[in-house]
Amino acid sequence: MSSQERRARETGLDTVPVLDTVPVLDVDPLLDDPATRIIVCCGSGGVGKTTTAAALGVRAAERGRRAVVLTIDPARRLAQSMGIDSLDNVPRRVKGIDEGAGGELHAMMLDMKRTFDEVVEANAAPDRARAILENPFYQSLSAGFAGTQEYMAMEKLGQLRARDEWDLIVVDTPPSRSALDFLDAPKRLGSFLDGKFIRVLMAPAKVGGRAGMKFLNVGMSMMTGTLSKLMGGQLLRDVQTFVAAMDTMFGGFRTRADATYRLLQAPGTAFLVVAAPERDALREAAYFVERLAAEEMPLAGLVLNRVHGSGAPQLSAERALAAAENLGQRGIVDQGDGNAGPRGSSTAASPETPRTTARGGAEDTRTEDTQSEGTQPEDTHAEGDGEVADDVAQLTAGLLRLHAERMQVLAREQRTRDRFTALHPEVAVTEVAALPGDVHDLAGLRDIGERLSHR
Amino acid sequence: MSRLQVVSGKGGTGKTTVAAALALALATEGKRTLLVEVEGRQGIAQLFETEALPYEERKIAVASGGGEVYALAIDAERALLDYLQMFYKLGSAGRALKKLGAIDFATTIAPGLRDVLLTGKACEAVRRRDKKGAYVYDYVVMDAPPTGRITKFLNVNDEVAGLAKFGPIHNQAQAVMRVLKSPETAVHFVTLLEEMPVQETADGVAELRAAELPVGKVLVNMVRPQLLDEEALRAAAGERRTAVAQALSAAGLGGARRGGHAERLVDPLLEQAAEHAQRVELEREQREALAGIGLDTYELPMLGEGLDLAGLYRLAAALRTHLGADRAQGAA
Ligand SMILES: Nc1ncnc2c1ncn2[C@@H]1O[C@H](COP(=O)(O)OP(=O)(O)OP(=O)(O)O)[C@@H](O)[C@H]1O
Ligand SMILES: Nc1ncnc2c1ncn2[C@@H]1O[C@H](COP(=O)(O)OP(=O)(O)OP(=O)(O)O)[C@@H](O)[C@H]1O
Ligand SMILES: [Mg+2]
Ligand SMILES: [Mg+2]
Repeated sequence: MSSQERRARETGLDTVPVLDTVPVLDVDPLLDDPATRIIVCCGSGGVGKTTTAAALGVRAAERGRRAVVLTIDPARRLAQSMGIDSLDNVPRRVKGIDEGAGGELHAMMLDMKRTFDEVVEANAAPDRARAILENPFYQSLSAGFAGTQEYMAMEKLGQLRARDEWDLIVVDTPPSRSALDFLDAPKRLGSFLDGKFIRVLMAPAKVGGRAGMKFLNVGMSMMTGTLSKLMGGQLLRDVQTFVAAMDTMFGGFRTRADATYRLLQAPGTAFLVVAAPERDALREAAYFVERLAAEEMPLAGLVLNRVHGSGAPQLSAERALAAAENLGQRGIVDQGDGNAGPRGSSTAASPETPRTTARGGAEDTRTEDTQSEGTQPEDTHAEGDGEVADDVAQLTAGLLRLHAERMQVLAREQRTRDRFTALHPEVAVTEVAALPGDVHDLAGLRDIGERLSHR
Repeated sequence: MSRLQVVSGKGGTGKTTVAAALALALATEGKRTLLVEVEGRQGIAQLFETEALPYEERKIAVASGGGEVYALAIDAERALLDYLQMFYKLGSAGRALKKLGAIDFATTIAPGLRDVLLTGKACEAVRRRDKKGAYVYDYVVMDAPPTGRITKFLNVNDEVAGLAKFGPIHNQAQAVMRVLKSPETAVHFVTLLEEMPVQETADGVAELRAAELPVGKVLVNMVRPQLLDEEALRAAAGERRTAVAQALSAAGLGGARRGGHAERLVDPLLEQAAEHAQRVELEREQREALAGIGLDTYELPMLGEGLDLAGLYRLAAALRTHLGADRAQGAA
């Protein structure tokens, strides 16, 4: 990061000129390229990662890829519509996909606990595996290990890739405050499993270490004594058995996590960062973009999801509100003087909000046109002449207030978006409009897919 | 009104914001509330625009009317060392444990133990009395983990009491559960009028009930005003187009003639209105779903342009209105 950029970030970025040529991301070439084998959808909580992943899966399949999408905690209705609402941790063929181009879509929803069990079963001898799975400590805490969900998502990705049944895997990532967790949590879990404390816990199980270790062992038994006082002896014993049983697997965990991590750096992998046009989400997206670069992981671009647009960007929020106010007064006091012109044009000088559409940037502010609008020849004699029925005045005022609200949202989204662009002008962006309803069926996913590819 | 107010909800729905507003709302004249955070994210400090909170209770705001809000960011590591100190006077052994990574153990592999410490600290603040025997804090408000984890979080002491069948941890765990399962505690859910948060709320409430934990209210956050009613929308879509164009024109927005500035606004405005109507309809469905849960709901308005301190006080005022209305009705 340059010092200018850093300063910009600290000061809210107003000092950095906004480039108006943001590269546009088109997902179709990415989906169509047979070299693309894995697409990972990352982003902070609730921004649309699952929706985007599912939409990409549908689109890829309908364009001829044999795709599988790994979803994590999808909304219930969405899961139902894809036929993956039963948790059995294996991909299911999705019905209702147009397979005319020779593709198909399989989908699954991650079962964290089950994936963990599978890892244990695959990596430990049968009796050890049973000992671990039956251990009360494992049972009560396995689902809650910090980073388990991220680790298991990676694990499942590795498994799907190893099966080599699909030519494209689309991966959703777990809901988390920070998109970085997806990259960091598996390593944290790994480094814990590598930790000193584990060895302390295992010490009683490995009595008779080398002579030089004796001093250390004394220290350790003092520690385990303390722990046993604290936790109750039996809990400690459970933990120790658990840890001892897991011992043979630790290397396995790390090796697998490392292998998947490398997979993410491979040329066939593409990351898509999903964000909503909100301050926090875009800040997270910026961190993530920087981190991907540092890890040499390939970023395909940013999906800016749930962007608002307006069909009447020429009418600013201020003018709309002023006009609504004007009508509101009419509704109460029947003016009948027909002299709306001056009042209207007095508001025309208010600052315009930059024009924004769901697709474009601030390329066209149209200030001149709109500011002069109220005084253009055709408009000087308004035909309405002030005789506005009460209910129509109220209705129109409502429409104008609604528009003002929308324009305020547009302006806010544009500002947050400009900040991101100033920091990362190199990142290709695709915008997806905020749909008025949820996305919960294949038709909705197709719609999102089309928007992702600008069709 | 329960003295421990736990605020959960789906991620990003406004737990931290609403918890802070609730702490302000409850700090009426002469009262003192403690706002605690348990996720180590310094969300409270960010919200109140102060530097990161240390592991120490400190006054963070004065509510309107003069009550005081204190804040505490509970840190699991520090809480563990505190406990070791309190129960075992383990000065150096505690430090040694820390060196060995025991604290990492507690906070990484066993979020259960971490949760024991966090809930334990919060309950301690609830029960704490001054020399005269009066409660130090009238209310403790917790910015709690999200819906998906809240039951496990609050119930962890049950689990621990089961795993550690005796010993000080067992006793401590039981003491905490006594507070958490009593009417002293109320667990609220923050939601938006959207499908997923509402669904999560319903699931969360069911889980809490199954675990016999006390459910509080549903706090519907970021509620947007309904600017047009459906009838008006239907009228607008129909034969009123010309009338609307004329009204726009009369309000100074240009000509109402075909192709005039005002006339050209009609379509886009009606389109936005139709989207609004669709949203209103979805929100109605979600309100219905919420009603099915059978809890009181409080609605809090959406405040535009990011949320600053002034906005927080506005939310607090809105909450006070709700609380006042409830009190008038004699509800808890
Ligand atoms: N462009 C859009 N327009 C309207 N609604 C959308 C859009 N994209 C997503 N949604 C809706 O937003 C909600 C959240 O989306 P989604 O579940 O994909 O987010 P997520 O990032 O996976 O969330 P989490 O972090 O909780 O996993 C869903 O109800 C979805 O239907
Ligand atoms: N009533 C409101 N009006 C407008 N914005 C709001 C409102 N409530 C919260 N916000 C904003 O929504 C965002 C999320 O709020 P907050 O951080 O309180 O959520 P949270 O549930 O604590 O999130 P997390 O799950 O990440 O902890 C913040 O940017 C906050 O300012
Ligand atoms: Mg998701
Ligand atoms: Mg929070």
